[in-house]
Amino acid sequence: MTDYYSMIKNNSRGRKLKSRVMLFLCVFAAMLAILPLVYIFFYTTIQGASSLNLEFFTELPKPVGETGGGMANAIAGTAILVGLGSIFGIPVGILAGIYVTEYSKNMFANIIKFVTDVLSGIPSIIIGIFAYGLIVIPMQRFSAYAGGFALGLLMIPTITRITEEMLKLVPHNLREAALALGIPRWKTTIRIVLRTASGGIITGILLAVARAAGETAPLLFTSFGNSFWSSSLDSPMASIPVQIFNYAISPYDEWHRKAWAGAFVLISLVFIVSLIVRLATRNKYSQSA
Amino acid sequence: MTEEKEILTVSPGVQTDKTEFNPEEAYEKSKFALETENLTVTFNGREAISDINSKFRKHTITAIIGPSGCGKSTFLRSLNFMHDLTPGAEVSGSIKIHGKDISEYDMTDVRRRVGMVFQKPNPFPTMTIYDNVAAGLTLHKRQSRKILDETVERSLRLAGLWEETKDRLKVSAMALSGGQQQRLCIARTLAINPEIVLFDEPTSALDPISTSKIEETLYMLKKDYTIIIVTHNMQQASRLSDYTSFFYLGKLIEHSKTRTVFTAPKNKLTEEYVIGKFG
Repeated sequence: MTDYYSMIKNNSRGRKLKSRVMLFLCVFAAMLAILPLVYIFFYTTIQGASSLNLEFFTELPKPVGETGGGMANAIAGTAILVGLGSIFGIPVGILAGIYVTEYSKNMFANIIKFVTDVLSGIPSIIIGIFAYGLIVIPMQRFSAYAGGFALGLLMIPTITRITEEMLKLVPHNLREAALALGIPRWKTTIRIVLRTASGGIITGILLAVARAAGETAPLLFTSFGNSFWSSSLDSPMASIPVQIFNYAISPYDEWHRKAWAGAFVLISLVFIVSLIVRLATRNKYSQSA
Repeated sequence: MTEEKEILTVSPGVQTDKTEFNPEEAYEKSKFALETENLTVTFNGREAISDINSKFRKHTITAIIGPSGCGKSTFLRSLNFMHDLTPGAEVSGSIKIHGKDISEYDMTDVRRRVGMVFQKPNPFPTMTIYDNVAAGLTLHKRQSRKILDETVERSLRLAGLWEETKDRLKVSAMALSGGQQQRLCIARTLAINPEIVLFDEPTSALDPISTSKIEETLYMLKKDYTIIIVTHNMQQASRLSDYTSFFYLGKLIEHSKTRTVFTAPKNKLTEEYVIGKFG
């Protein structure tokens, strides 16, 4: 007679071993995913923070050979460009998402969905060339408008897709409940549906904005870069990523340090903005999940 | 004829139109809150209900019974334009509210006159208890705080939820239990002061105690509202309603007094359904 107990035990030893191996593989994969992020973050901090001082935030770039100087114009420029892009990209993205989920069930909606997917796969440099052809050539100069347009265009697919997905998660019976109260359709969409989905949509917008803030390629052909303060939106404007790019490909050590500092500032900015929006929206919408 | 007179005398809220003395018309006007004529709903060309002719007296509770898929909910939802959202749905025939055709009203106006409570409790998750009840008012137009406060209290009292929630009106509606949420939805519907309230199996997702509380509420509401309730629960229909409609395969088979339907139905199908031979 087989010992029933030992049979289970033997069997369970095998299963436990399998479980351990699989668990190890999962943890290993997770580590592999996080490792580059941690590495980038620490390396940039170590390299960047040491070159960082107050001057970096307040001074204009200095010519080669002179020490000191900063990236004040590029920091302001990035804020302006991302702001311009957001003004254009966020409303268009959200409205397109609302249209696709709430107001259209026909072929046209499917076409929009497909085009959005394709658009999100287009390399950002192509977007930059597109903005160059559409705005820079007719205007005959590089401008912040063109840069903002390119960044906005980059944000649209992400925001549309996220809005669409988040609106789909809002139960259909909430729409019915609101309509049954005699609330008009447009108010139902804005005050009930959009508000219920707002937590997820805000996260999506953040992702899109953060991505746009770090984009270099679409700005090379559009806002171009500038070593001075540029207050006018139809003239070339500096931005952190382009400044980093210019500094990084230069042969000067001083400029390399500046590029590291710029990278550190860029990462910190994205990190801080995400953190603030997360904290600000967490309490308000946590119950809606 | 005698039956109709008897009903007239027991219904307390009859209004007679004095300015335009036409006894026939006044009589007609006072009697029915809602009428349907040849009401047909199709989904992508397939008939879900066909040629429903039905009349609902003021200040009564009418139960709609019938096996699953017989068109009960479809019928109920057509009464306040709820098929508007469903792609491929088409509604034909006529619906009259107080003798006036539904097409003469604005769509949102119809929905404000004909309120609806759904099967699953569906409070707005981003809103507090107070805001949920007030939603129908605040999203319609700006209201003074005083009117809102009064309406919220009155509606919650009517729905039997005031005592449980008066100290936590600013708490999220999601903090309530399922039964409480359903009563909140009833309060939300009553807050816009509809004339007719439709209930689509309002207690099928609830426990017996919550169910009995909601039934009590419905019974009390009868004196101010006209109620139509879809239910799968035969006992609920018999203890709650004045009239019962039996639907089968998209047709209205029988519509008479609840007592008649449950004790001496005229149609054989009704009898078989009521005694549990099918369904």
